[in-house]
Amino acid sequence: MELIKTFINLFADPRLFFIMSVLALVAIVWKREAFSRNSVGYGLLAFLGVFFAFGLFDENFRLIIVKPDNVPIVALIFLVVFFTWYAVREGVRNDQRIAAGDDPIEKEESDRVWVWPDLVYTELISLILCTAVLIVWSVGLEAPLEQPANPANTPNPSKAPWYFLGLQEMLVYFDPWLAGVVLPSLIIVGLMAIPYIDTNPKGNGYYTFRERRVEITIFLFGFLVLWSSLIVLGTFLRGPNWNFFGPFEYWDIHKLEPLTNVQLSDFIWVRMLGQPLPENWFVREVFGIVLTLGYVAVLPPLMARMFRRYYEKLGATRFYVTAMLLLMMLSLPVKMLTRWIFNLKYVVSIPEYFFNI
Amino acid sequence: MAQTETVQPKEALPVRAWNWLTETQIWTSIFRHAAPINDRNRVLVMLSNVFLHLHPVRLKKHGVRLRYTWCMGGLSFFLFLVLTFTGLLLMFYYRPTLEYAYSDIVGLREHVPLGIMREMHRWGAHAMVITVWLHMFRVFMTGSYKPPREFNWNVGVIMLVLTLLLSFTGYLLPWDQLAIWAITVGANMARATPFLGHEGPGAALLTLGDVQLIHAADDARFALLGGTFVGEGALLRFYVLHCVALPLVIGFLMAVHFWRVRKDGGISGPL
Repeated sequence: MELIKTFINLFADPRLFFIMSVLALVAIVWKREAFSRNSVGYGLLAFLGVFFAFGLFDENFRLIIVKPDNVPIVALIFLVVFFTWYAVREGVRNDQRIAAGDDPIEKEESDRVWVWPDLVYTELISLILCTAVLIVWSVGLEAPLEQPANPANTPNPSKAPWYFLGLQEMLVYFDPWLAGVVLPSLIIVGLMAIPYIDTNPKGNGYYTFRERRVEITIFLFGFLVLWSSLIVLGTFLRGPNWNFFGPFEYWDIHKLEPLTNVQLSDFIWVRMLGQPLPENWFVREVFGIVLTLGYVAVLPPLMARMFRRYYEKLGATRFYVTAMLLLMMLSLPVKMLTRWIFNLKYVVSIPEYFFNI
Repeated sequence: MAQTETVQPKEALPVRAWNWLTETQIWTSIFRHAAPINDRNRVLVMLSNVFLHLHPVRLKKHGVRLRYTWCMGGLSFFLFLVLTFTGLLLMFYYRPTLEYAYSDIVGLREHVPLGIMREMHRWGAHAMVITVWLHMFRVFMTGSYKPPREFNWNVGVIMLVLTLLLSFTGYLLPWDQLAIWAITVGANMARATPFLGHEGPGAALLTLGDVQLIHAADDARFALLGGTFVGEGALLRFYVLHCVALPLVIGFLMAVHFWRVRKDGGISGPL
């Protein structure tokens, strides 16, 4: 038993956790027909159920999952897994129908029914069930109330509300101006841009995967890997001082993690060129600045060349907006990888102007 | 020839009572037509009832099936109503001041037998965040943001953000350790807003002669908190935003959202 726990603790490491969630997404997309089988969906839910039931017997894990505000995240895990599986399954079913020359299921069901009673009663039953669930939840679980607010006593860890923990997790890799302001704004802008940059007329109003492969994969990457899984990571696997703790690990406030992160300027000037850091910030950071400019200004035209087909289909404006949003989205995994592989702290670091990337 | 007597079947008392009730002037003044058990009345009920008139009269079959809709949009709206109702009740007992905020919550917890309004409000809020996400997920997976529904997707994204903001502002109100530190962590981000936060890149460039225009007492974080730390000003600000400003905005956008669902051709479906 202890062996299993140690093993799970090991695998929950942020690096492995993130890489495994990417691999899981690849597996879902690539092997979607196998993934959409009933046995896989129910199996996943059963596995999660067993995992949490098993976890309840561990005192460290229990402390985290029975924290009242963490209950919705446990629910969220089950719901996101279920609905991902469900949406993919319905997509695969329609794909198979379309491949066989049939219409999607929705088309077949496009004869009209009366709103009263068909819809009104569905709504009524949903409301009653929802109310019942909410009442049972409220009777069974008291809303948390801790000690009165005390500005002099900082809890460790201090966590944001659970739905912002993905953003808080980004703070490990980016400074607050990016993780807390620019990237969240870009998430909103990116979501709002979706209908205007996606010109694919297919898959409007029915589940499908094959007809919208790229769009769905990108969206799932954002929703499952970058948003949901980072929330889970931030809730369950981050303890005091925002250090990583396995789910079955004691939150030891004195756990030390070596901080060996270095700036890109250190790498180049000190380690590669064997020189002291230049006094002037521009000279010091010139490599990082060039790299960053390359990322945002040179890569998009290169992408336009590489993905000629998309460039022609979307037109210049749409393509560059898409490329830019994609690059911004990928900046998080890019920064994660450089941190894990090279211990890189900042690409550009100009603390004089609070400008660190 | 024996006289055959026609016997009127005698109706049961509840039926007679019902018939009498539905023929009274009071009843007929409220409901202008009989029960929606025939096609004509199924149309009339949708057209004459203000609560139902958001719906169309008829609908494509896939649109009423949970398989397609997951009911997440409807549940989000319903949870919003639950939150409005429970929130209103909580407002009777809660005073947003440093002196009373915490003790009012303790009072709600200790002195109200079987009280679950605060629980309903908190868990309902968490649930609404989840249903709104899943609603967006469903709308994406069915491609329902595609023309002609681009604008409505945008309204939805804004409401998603407002839902998170509503939940975030409500998080502070119990005024316990959980509340102020969660808000402190969140609000500290605003300090780093480019140009507008005093620790943000570019803020140092905004000067008037020797005077720094952006400093700790006038930057974006200050505007959010009404102070340089999470204190009395923040509590009042978050209270007003949570109970008045944000619900009004999101309510307005909901009206737009539902209206546009209808005007953009009803629930999405294959063309």
